[in-house]
Amino acid sequence: MTLSEPGTDELHYPLPAPDPLDPPKEWAELRDRCPVATVTLPSGDHAQLLTRYDDVKQVLSDPRFPRVGGGQGARISDSGGVFDSDMASALPQSGPAHQQWRRLVMRWFTAKRMAALRPRIEAMADSLIDEMLAHGQPADLKAALGFPLPVWVICTMLGVPDSDRDRFSYWSDTLLNLTRYGRDEIVAAQTEFLGYMQAHVQAKRAQPGDDLLSELTTEPTADGTLLTDAQLVGTGQGLLVAGHETTANMISKMVAMLLADRRRWEQLLADPSLVRTAVEESLRFDANPGIGMPRYIAEDVALGSAALPAGTTVMCSMGAANRDARAFDGAEEMDLTRSPNPHLSFGSGPHSCLGQALARTELQVTLEVLLRRLPGLDLAVPVEELQRVEGLAVGGLRELPVRW
Amino acid sequence: MKVTVDEDRCCGAGQCVMLAPDVFDQREDDGIVVLLEAEPDAAHHTAVREAADVCPAAAITVHEDS
Repeated sequence: MTLSEPGTDELHYPLPAPDPLDPPKEWAELRDRCPVATVTLPSGDHAQLLTRYDDVKQVLSDPRFPRVGGGQGARISDSGGVFDSDMASALPQSGPAHQQWRRLVMRWFTAKRMAALRPRIEAMADSLIDEMLAHGQPADLKAALGFPLPVWVICTMLGVPDSDRDRFSYWSDTLLNLTRYGRDEIVAAQTEFLGYMQAHVQAKRAQPGDDLLSELTTEPTADGTLLTDAQLVGTGQGLLVAGHETTANMISKMVAMLLADRRRWEQLLADPSLVRTAVEESLRFDANPGIGMPRYIAEDVALGSAALPAGTTVMCSMGAANRDARAFDGAEEMDLTRSPNPHLSFGSGPHSCLGQALARTELQVTLEVLLRRLPGLDLAVPVEELQRVEGLAVGGLRELPVRW
Repeated sequence: MKVTVDEDRCCGAGQCVMLAPDVFDQREDDGIVVLLEAEPDAAHHTAVREAADVCPAAAITVHEDS
Protein backbone atom coordinates (compact mmCIF):
# COMPACT_ATOMS: atom_id res chain seq x y z
CA MET A 1 0.00 0.00 0.00
CA THR A 2 1.19 3.47 -0.78
CA LEU A 3 0.46 6.08 1.82
CA SER A 4 -0.20 9.52 0.56
CA GLU A 5 2.77 11.85 0.57
CA PRO A 6 2.73 15.13 -1.31
CA GLY A 7 3.43 14.34 -4.93
CA THR A 8 2.58 10.64 -4.72
CA ASP A 9 -0.68 8.75 -5.01
CA GLU A 10 -3.58 10.59 -3.47
CA LEU A 11 -5.32 9.14 -0.47
CA HIS A 12 -9.03 9.80 -0.97
CA TYR A 13 -11.09 10.45 2.13
CA PRO A 14 -13.23 8.95 3.53
CA LEU A 15 -11.20 5.74 3.25
CA PRO A 16 -13.05 2.72 1.86
CA ALA A 17 -13.66 -0.10 4.32
CA PRO A 18 -13.84 -3.66 3.00
CA ASP A 19 -16.03 -5.17 5.73
CA PRO A 20 -19.06 -3.76 7.52
CA LEU A 21 -17.69 -3.91 11.07
CA ASP A 22 -13.95 -3.72 10.42
CA PRO A 23 -11.89 -0.57 10.06
CA PRO A 24 -10.24 0.58 6.83
CA LYS A 25 -7.02 -1.38 6.48
CA GLU A 26 -5.09 1.89 6.24
CA TRP A 27 -5.75 2.88 9.88
CA ALA A 28 -3.04 0.73 11.44
CA GLU A 29 -0.44 1.64 8.89
CA LEU A 30 -1.26 5.34 9.04
CA ARG A 31 -0.96 5.35 12.83
CA ASP A 32 2.41 3.60 12.67
CA ARG A 33 4.03 5.18 9.65
CA CYS A 34 2.15 8.30 8.62
CA PRO A 35 0.21 9.76 11.56
CA VAL A 36 -0.23 13.08 9.74
CA ALA A 37 -1.31 12.11 6.21
CA THR A 38 -2.41 14.31 3.33
CA VAL A 39 -5.88 13.30 2.13
CA THR A 40 -8.19 14.53 -0.62
CA LEU A 41 -11.71 15.35 0.60
CA PRO A 42 -14.87 14.79 -1.48
CA SER A 43 -14.73 18.50 -2.41
CA GLY A 44 -11.24 18.05 -3.91
CA ASP A 45 -9.70 20.16 -1.13
CA HIS A 46 -6.91 18.71 0.96
CA ALA A 47 -6.61 18.06 4.68
CA GLN A 48 -4.20 16.38 7.05
CA LEU A 49 -5.60 13.17 8.52
CA LEU A 50 -4.72 12.50 12.17
CA THR A 51 -4.96 8.89 13.38
CA ARG A 52 -2.98 8.73 16.65
CA TYR A 53 -4.79 9.03 19.98
CA ASP A 54 -2.55 11.73 21.46
CA ASP A 55 -2.62 13.90 18.32
CA VAL A 56 -6.40 13.65 17.89
CA LYS A 57 -7.01 14.35 21.57
CA GLN A 58 -4.65 17.34 21.57
CA VAL A 59 -6.30 19.01 18.58
CA LEU A 60 -9.86 18.33 19.75
CA SER A 61 -9.06 19.64 23.25
CA ASP A 62 -7.45 22.87 22.05
CA PRO A 63 -9.98 25.72 22.18
CA ARG A 64 -7.93 27.71 19.64
CA PHE A 65 -8.88 25.35 16.83
CA PRO A 66 -12.46 25.87 15.62
CA ARG A 67 -14.52 23.78 13.30
CA VAL A 68 -14.07 24.42 9.63
CA GLY A 69 -16.76 26.43 7.88
CA GLY A 70 -17.70 29.96 6.96
CA GLY A 71 -14.90 30.05 4.42
CA GLN A 72 -12.28 29.05 6.97
CA GLY A 73 -10.39 25.88 6.17
CA ALA A 74 -10.97 23.23 3.54
CA ARG A 75 -14.45 22.39 2.29
CA ILE A 76 -15.54 18.85 3.06
CA SER A 77 -17.94 18.39 0.15
CA ASP A 78 -19.62 20.38 -2.60
CA SER A 79 -23.16 19.42 -1.75
CA GLY A 80 -23.68 21.51 1.37
CA GLY A 81 -24.97 19.60 4.35
CA VAL A 82 -24.05 20.04 7.96
CA PHE A 83 -20.48 21.18 7.47
CA ASP A 84 -21.50 24.06 5.21
CA SER A 85 -24.71 25.00 6.94
CA ASP A 86 -25.47 28.68 7.51
CA MET A 87 -28.00 27.92 10.23
CA ALA A 88 -25.41 26.55 12.60
CA SER A 89 -23.50 29.83 12.30
CA ALA A 90 -26.33 31.61 14.14
CA LEU A 91 -24.76 30.08 17.22
CA PRO A 92 -21.43 31.24 18.60
CA GLN A 93 -18.89 28.58 17.63
CA SER A 94 -16.07 29.36 20.04
CA GLY A 95 -14.87 31.48 22.91
CA PRO A 96 -16.88 32.94 25.81
CA ALA A 97 -20.10 33.36 23.77
CA HIS A 98 -20.02 29.68 22.82
CA GLN A 99 -19.42 28.73 26.43
CA GLN A 100 -22.41 30.83 27.56
CA TRP A 101 -24.68 29.15 25.02
CA ARG A 102 -23.33 25.74 25.91
CA ARG A 103 -23.87 26.23 29.62
CA LEU A 104 -27.41 27.46 29.01
CA VAL A 105 -28.29 24.30 27.09
CA MET A 106 -26.13 22.05 29.26
CA ARG A 107 -28.60 22.05 32.12
CA TRP A 108 -30.90 19.93 29.96
CA PHE A 109 -28.25 17.26 29.53
CA THR A 110 -26.91 16.72 33.03
CA ALA A 111 -26.53 13.20 34.34
CA LYS A 112 -29.40 13.80 36.77
CA ARG A 113 -31.76 15.02 34.07
CA MET A 114 -30.88 11.98 32.02
CA ALA A 115 -31.49 9.68 34.97
CA ALA A 116 -34.93 11.32 35.34
CA LEU A 117 -35.61 10.85 31.62
CA ARG A 118 -34.53 7.21 31.72
CA PRO A 119 -37.92 5.65 32.49
CA ARG A 120 -39.50 7.54 29.57
CA ILE A 121 -36.77 6.35 27.20
CA GLU A 122 -37.27 2.82 28.48
CA ALA A 123 -41.01 3.04 27.83
CA MET A 124 -40.31 4.32 24.29
CA ALA A 125 -37.90 1.41 23.66
CA ASP A 126 -40.42 -1.08 25.01
CA SER A 127 -43.19 0.28 22.84
CA LEU A 128 -41.01 0.23 19.70
CA ILE A 129 -40.02 -3.37 20.46
CA ASP A 130 -43.71 -4.26 20.96
CA GLU A 131 -44.36 -2.97 17.44
CA MET A 132 -41.40 -4.87 16.05
CA LEU A 133 -42.58 -8.11 17.66
CA ALA A 134 -46.09 -7.56 16.31
CA HIS A 135 -44.72 -7.45 12.77
CA GLY A 136 -42.84 -10.73 13.23
CA GLN A 137 -39.36 -11.88 12.35
CA PRO A 138 -36.96 -11.30 10.77
CA ALA A 139 -37.05 -7.57 11.38
CA ASP A 140 -34.80 -4.63 10.65
CA LEU A 141 -33.70 -3.46 14.08
CA LYS A 142 -32.46 -0.19 12.66
CA ALA A 143 -35.82 0.79 11.20
CA ALA A 144 -37.80 -0.63 14.12
CA LEU A 145 -35.77 0.69 17.04
CA GLY A 146 -32.40 2.30 16.35
CA PHE A 147 -33.67 5.09 14.12
CA PRO A 148 -37.01 6.00 15.71
CA LEU A 149 -35.89 5.97 19.36
CA PRO A 150 -33.44 8.92 19.39
CA VAL A 151 -35.63 11.15 17.23
CA TRP A 152 -38.55 10.43 19.56
CA VAL A 153 -36.39 11.51 22.51
CA ILE A 154 -35.22 14.70 20.79
CA CYS A 155 -38.71 15.63 19.63
CA THR A 156 -39.85 15.22 23.23
CA MET A 157 -37.06 17.48 24.48
CA LEU A 158 -37.85 20.10 21.82
CA GLY A 159 -41.58 19.91 22.42
CA VAL A 160 -42.24 18.67 18.87
CA PRO A 161 -45.38 16.51 18.51
CA ASP A 162 -44.86 12.79 17.94
CA SER A 163 -46.65 13.06 14.61
CA ASP A 164 -43.73 15.09 13.19
CA ARG A 165 -41.07 12.52 14.10
CA ASP A 166 -40.80 11.16 10.56
CA ARG A 167 -40.22 14.60 9.09
CA PHE A 168 -37.50 15.22 11.66
CA SER A 169 -35.83 11.95 10.71
CA TYR A 170 -35.76 12.97 7.06
CA TRP A 171 -34.39 16.42 7.80
CA SER A 172 -31.59 15.14 9.95
CA ASP A 173 -30.71 12.56 7.32
CA THR A 174 -30.39 15.16 4.58
CA LEU A 175 -28.40 17.53 6.78
CA LEU A 176 -25.82 14.89 7.60
CA ASN A 177 -25.54 13.13 4.30
CA LEU A 178 -22.60 14.23 2.19
CA THR A 179 -23.24 12.28 -0.99
CA ARG A 180 -26.62 10.52 -1.04
CA TYR A 181 -28.71 13.62 -1.68
CA GLY A 182 -28.15 16.29 -4.31
CA ARG A 183 -27.51 19.90 -3.41
CA ASP A 184 -31.12 20.87 -4.33
CA GLU A 185 -32.59 18.24 -2.02
CA ILE A 186 -30.35 19.32 0.83
CA VAL A 187 -31.18 23.00 0.37
CA ALA A 188 -34.91 22.20 0.12
CA ALA A 189 -34.77 20.13 3.32
CA GLN A 190 -32.85 22.84 5.15
CA THR A 191 -35.37 25.47 4.05
CA GLU A 192 -38.28 23.30 5.11
CA PHE A 193 -36.71 22.53 8.47
CA LEU A 194 -35.88 26.21 9.01
CA GLY A 195 -39.49 27.20 8.30
CA TYR A 196 -40.82 24.51 10.61
CA MET A 197 -38.47 25.46 13.44
CA GLN A 198 -39.16 29.20 13.10
CA ALA A 199 -42.88 28.57 13.42
CA HIS A 200 -42.23 26.13 16.27
CA VAL A 201 -40.09 28.65 18.19
CA GLN A 202 -42.75 31.35 17.77
CA ALA A 203 -45.42 28.93 18.95
CA LYS A 204 -43.33 28.14 22.03
CA ARG A 205 -42.86 31.85 22.74
CA ALA A 206 -46.63 32.33 22.55
CA GLN A 207 -47.50 29.21 24.52
CA PRO A 208 -44.57 27.75 26.44
CA GLY A 209 -44.56 24.05 27.23
CA ASP A 210 -42.45 21.83 29.45
CA ASP A 211 -39.56 21.56 27.01
CA LEU A 212 -36.09 22.85 26.33
CA LEU A 213 -36.98 25.42 23.67
CA SER A 214 -39.79 26.90 25.76
CA GLU A 215 -37.42 27.34 28.66
CA LEU A 216 -34.75 28.88 26.46
CA THR A 217 -37.17 31.54 25.18
CA THR A 218 -37.22 33.09 28.66
CA GLU A 219 -33.92 31.99 30.22
CA PRO A 220 -31.11 34.56 29.93
CA THR A 221 -27.47 33.61 29.40
CA ALA A 222 -24.86 34.49 32.04
CA ASP A 223 -24.55 38.03 30.64
CA GLY A 224 -28.29 38.58 30.83
CA THR A 225 -29.23 38.39 27.14
CA LEU A 226 -31.91 36.14 25.69
CA LEU A 227 -31.32 33.90 22.70
CA THR A 228 -32.69 35.27 19.43
CA ASP A 229 -35.14 33.29 17.30
CA ALA A 230 -32.29 32.44 14.93
CA GLN A 231 -30.24 31.11 17.83
CA LEU A 232 -33.17 29.08 19.13
CA VAL A 233 -33.69 27.61 15.66
CA GLY A 234 -29.95 26.91 15.48
CA THR A 235 -30.11 25.22 18.86
CA GLY A 236 -32.95 23.00 17.70
CA GLN A 237 -31.11 22.16 14.52
CA GLY A 238 -27.88 21.48 16.38
CA LEU A 239 -29.57 19.14 18.81
CA LEU A 240 -31.39 17.27 16.06
CA VAL A 241 -28.36 16.92 13.83
CA ALA A 242 -25.98 16.07 16.65
CA GLY A 243 -28.34 13.84 18.56
CA HIS A 244 -30.37 11.85 16.11
CA GLU A 245 -28.36 10.13 13.45
CA THR A 246 -25.32 9.62 15.66
CA THR A 247 -27.20 7.68 18.31
CA ALA A 248 -29.52 6.04 15.78
CA ASN A 249 -26.61 4.52 13.91
CA MET A 250 -24.69 3.70 17.07
CA ILE A 251 -27.59 1.59 18.35
CA SER A 252 -27.48 -0.61 15.24
CA LYS A 253 -23.68 -0.78 15.16
CA MET A 254 -23.50 -1.64 18.85
CA VAL A 255 -26.03 -4.47 18.52
CA ALA A 256 -24.30 -5.70 15.35
CA MET A 257 -20.91 -5.82 17.08
CA LEU A 258 -22.37 -7.66 20.07
CA LEU A 259 -24.13 -10.21 17.86
CA ALA A 260 -21.31 -10.62 15.34
CA ASP A 261 -19.54 -12.69 17.98
CA ARG A 262 -22.44 -14.03 19.98
CA ARG A 263 -20.20 -14.83 22.94
CA ARG A 264 -20.37 -11.08 23.63
CA TRP A 265 -24.17 -11.13 23.77
CA GLU A 266 -24.09 -14.17 26.02
CA GLN A 267 -21.57 -12.48 28.30
CA LEU A 268 -24.06 -9.63 28.76
CA LEU A 269 -26.98 -12.01 29.30
CA ALA A 270 -24.96 -13.71 32.02
CA ASP A 271 -23.95 -10.40 33.61
CA PRO A 272 -26.16 -7.42 32.67
CA SER A 273 -24.13 -5.20 35.01
CA LEU A 274 -21.63 -5.04 32.13
CA VAL A 275 -24.04 -2.93 30.06
CA ARG A 276 -22.31 0.33 31.00
CA THR A 277 -18.78 -0.76 30.06
CA ALA A 278 -20.12 -2.65 27.02
CA VAL A 279 -21.66 0.59 25.73
CA GLU A 280 -18.37 2.46 26.20
CA GLU A 281 -16.44 -0.31 24.47
CA SER A 282 -18.92 -0.30 21.58
CA LEU A 283 -18.32 3.43 21.21
CA ARG A 284 -14.55 2.88 21.26
CA PHE A 285 -14.58 -0.13 18.94
CA ASP A 286 -16.88 1.39 16.32
CA ALA A 287 -14.97 0.97 13.06
CA ASN A 288 -17.40 3.10 11.08
CA PRO A 289 -17.93 6.28 13.09
CA GLY A 290 -18.06 8.62 10.11
CA ILE A 291 -15.48 10.92 8.71
CA GLY A 292 -14.32 12.39 12.01
CA MET A 293 -13.99 15.98 13.17
CA PRO A 294 -12.53 18.59 10.85
CA ARG A 295 -10.62 21.35 12.61
CA TYR A 296 -8.98 24.53 11.36
CA ILE A 297 -5.48 24.98 12.77
CA ALA A 298 -5.53 28.71 13.42
CA GLU A 299 -2.00 28.94 14.86
CA ASP A 300 1.17 26.91 14.45
CA VAL A 301 1.06 23.88 16.74
CA ALA A 302 3.44 21.06 17.64
CA LEU A 303 1.77 17.65 17.89
CA GLY A 304 3.56 14.60 19.22
CA SER A 305 3.88 13.33 15.66
CA ALA A 306 4.62 16.49 13.70
CA ALA A 307 4.40 20.27 13.64
CA LEU A 308 1.37 21.74 11.85
CA PRO A 309 1.53 25.23 10.34
CA ALA A 310 -1.27 27.74 10.82
CA GLY A 311 -3.86 27.50 8.05
CA THR A 312 -3.89 23.69 7.96
CA THR A 313 -7.21 21.84 7.92
CA VAL A 314 -6.97 18.60 9.87
CA MET A 315 -9.40 15.70 9.93
CA CYS A 316 -9.38 14.06 13.34
CA SER A 317 -10.18 10.36 13.03
CA MET A 318 -11.54 9.46 16.45
CA GLY A 319 -12.20 5.93 15.19
CA ALA A 320 -8.54 5.37 14.30
CA ALA A 321 -7.41 7.04 17.54
CA ASN A 322 -9.71 4.76 19.55
CA ARG A 323 -7.81 1.74 18.24
CA ASP A 324 -4.36 3.17 18.94
CA ALA A 325 -2.33 0.58 20.86
CA ARG A 326 -0.34 3.46 22.37
CA ALA A 327 -3.48 4.39 24.35
CA PHE A 328 -5.39 1.11 24.81
CA ASP A 329 -4.16 -2.35 25.81
CA GLY A 330 -5.49 -4.93 23.37
CA ALA A 331 -6.75 -2.07 21.23
CA GLU A 332 -7.90 -4.41 18.44
CA GLU A 333 -9.94 -6.58 20.84
CA MET A 334 -13.46 -5.77 21.95
CA ASP A 335 -13.38 -6.09 25.75
CA LEU A 336 -16.80 -5.54 27.33
CA THR A 337 -15.22 -5.06 30.77
CA ARG A 338 -12.69 -2.39 29.72
CA SER A 339 -12.28 0.27 32.39
CA PRO A 340 -11.28 3.03 32.28
CA ASN A 341 -12.18 3.61 28.66
CA PRO A 342 -11.17 7.16 27.70
CA HIS A 343 -12.27 6.82 24.06
CA LEU A 344 -12.67 9.92 21.92
CA SER A 345 -16.01 9.08 20.32
CA PHE A 346 -17.60 12.15 21.91
CA GLY A 347 -14.59 14.33 21.20
CA SER A 348 -12.59 15.93 23.96
CA GLY A 349 -12.32 19.25 25.76
CA PRO A 350 -14.57 22.32 25.57
CA HIS A 351 -16.37 21.15 22.41
CA SER A 352 -16.89 17.55 23.45
CA CYS A 353 -20.38 16.26 22.81
CA LEU A 354 -22.98 18.22 24.76
CA GLY A 355 -25.43 15.33 24.66
CA GLN A 356 -23.10 12.54 25.66
CA ALA A 357 -25.01 11.73 28.86
CA LEU A 358 -28.17 11.46 26.75
CA ALA A 359 -26.43 9.26 24.17
CA ARG A 360 -25.03 7.01 26.91
CA THR A 361 -28.45 6.75 28.53
CA GLU A 362 -30.16 5.88 25.23
CA LEU A 363 -27.54 3.25 24.39
CA GLN A 364 -27.62 1.71 27.88
CA VAL A 365 -31.42 1.64 27.98
CA THR A 366 -31.65 0.12 24.50
CA LEU A 367 -29.22 -2.61 25.41
CA GLU A 368 -30.90 -3.34 28.75
CA VAL A 369 -34.34 -3.56 27.15
CA LEU A 370 -33.09 -5.79 24.33
CA LEU A 371 -31.37 -8.16 26.77
CA ARG A 372 -34.53 -8.32 28.87
CA ARG A 373 -37.06 -8.63 26.05
CA LEU A 374 -35.13 -10.55 23.39
CA PRO A 375 -32.42 -12.72 24.98
CA GLY A 376 -32.46 -14.94 21.88
CA LEU A 377 -31.63 -12.03 19.59
CA ASP A 378 -29.33 -12.91 16.69
CA LEU A 379 -28.35 -11.63 13.27
CA ALA A 380 -30.69 -12.84 10.53
CA VAL A 381 -27.94 -12.62 7.89
CA PRO A 382 -24.23 -13.48 7.95
CA VAL A 383 -22.25 -10.54 9.29
CA GLU A 384 -20.44 -10.13 5.95
CA GLU A 385 -23.78 -9.30 4.34
CA LEU A 386 -24.37 -6.24 6.49
CA GLN A 387 -23.94 -3.12 4.39
CA ARG A 388 -22.49 0.20 5.36
CA VAL A 389 -24.32 3.42 4.69
CA GLU A 390 -22.18 5.42 2.32
CA GLY A 391 -21.88 9.13 2.37
CA LEU A 392 -22.92 10.05 5.85
CA ALA A 393 -20.92 12.30 8.10
CA VAL A 394 -22.03 9.71 10.63
CA GLY A 395 -21.25 6.13 9.68
CA GLY A 396 -23.79 3.38 10.01
CA LEU A 397 -25.33 0.23 8.65
CA ARG A 398 -27.98 0.25 5.94
CA GLU A 399 -30.11 -2.14 7.94
CA LEU A 400 -29.73 -4.66 10.74
CA PRO A 401 -31.77 -7.82 10.03
CA VAL A 402 -32.37 -9.74 13.25
CA ARG A 403 -34.25 -12.77 14.59
CA TRP A 404 -35.12 -13.62 18.18
CA MET B 1 -7.42 10.19 48.52
CA LYS B 2 -8.01 13.86 47.86
CA VAL B 3 -9.97 15.11 44.86
CA THR B 4 -9.96 18.53 43.21
CA VAL B 5 -12.03 19.77 40.27
CA ASP B 6 -11.47 22.61 37.82
CA GLU B 7 -14.80 24.32 37.11
CA ASP B 8 -13.33 26.40 34.27
CA ARG B 9 -12.18 23.31 32.40
CA CYS B 10 -15.37 21.33 33.06
CA CYS B 11 -17.44 20.73 29.92
CA GLY B 12 -20.44 19.23 31.72
CA ALA B 13 -20.17 15.74 30.21
CA GLY B 14 -21.60 14.25 33.39
CA GLN B 15 -19.46 11.11 33.34
CA CYS B 16 -18.27 11.74 36.90
CA VAL B 17 -21.85 11.96 38.19
CA MET B 18 -22.83 8.80 36.35
CA LEU B 19 -19.82 6.96 37.81
CA ALA B 20 -19.62 8.37 41.33
CA PRO B 21 -22.85 10.20 42.25
CA ASP B 22 -21.86 10.33 45.92
CA VAL B 23 -18.71 12.28 45.12
CA PHE B 24 -19.69 14.46 42.14
CA ASP B 25 -22.76 16.42 41.13
CA GLN B 26 -23.54 19.02 38.46
CA ARG B 27 -24.90 22.52 39.04
CA GLU B 28 -28.52 22.62 37.98
CA ASP B 29 -28.25 25.86 36.04
CA ASP B 30 -25.30 25.03 33.79
CA GLY B 31 -24.17 21.44 34.33
CA ILE B 32 -20.77 22.37 35.75
CA VAL B 33 -19.19 19.95 38.21
CA VAL B 34 -19.82 20.22 41.95
CA LEU B 35 -17.49 18.32 44.26
CA LEU B 36 -19.53 16.74 47.06
CA GLU B 37 -16.72 14.86 48.79
CA ALA B 38 -13.16 16.17 48.56
CA GLU B 39 -11.89 13.17 50.52
CA PRO B 40 -14.14 10.28 49.47
CA ASP B 41 -14.33 6.97 51.33
CA ALA B 42 -12.31 4.04 50.06
CA ALA B 43 -15.50 2.49 48.68
CA HIS B 44 -15.62 5.25 46.05
CA HIS B 45 -11.94 5.29 45.06
CA THR B 46 -12.21 3.03 42.03
CA ALA B 47 -15.12 4.99 40.60
CA VAL B 48 -13.40 8.33 41.30
CA ARG B 49 -10.23 7.20 39.53
CA GLU B 50 -12.28 6.08 36.55
CA ALA B 51 -14.12 9.41 36.51
CA ALA B 52 -10.80 11.27 36.46
CA ASP B 53 -9.42 9.00 33.72
CA VAL B 54 -12.38 9.44 31.40
CA CYS B 55 -13.23 13.10 32.05
CA PRO B 56 -13.14 14.61 28.54
CA ALA B 57 -11.98 17.95 29.91
CA ALA B 58 -9.35 16.55 32.31
CA ALA B 59 -11.09 18.62 34.97
CA ILE B 60 -10.70 16.10 37.83
CA THR B 61 -7.42 15.59 39.68
CA VAL B 62 -6.91 12.73 42.13
CA HIS B 63 -4.18 13.02 44.76
CA GLU B 64 -3.57 9.50 46.01
CA ASP B 65 -1.04 10.25 48.76
CA SER B 66 -2.91 12.58 51.03
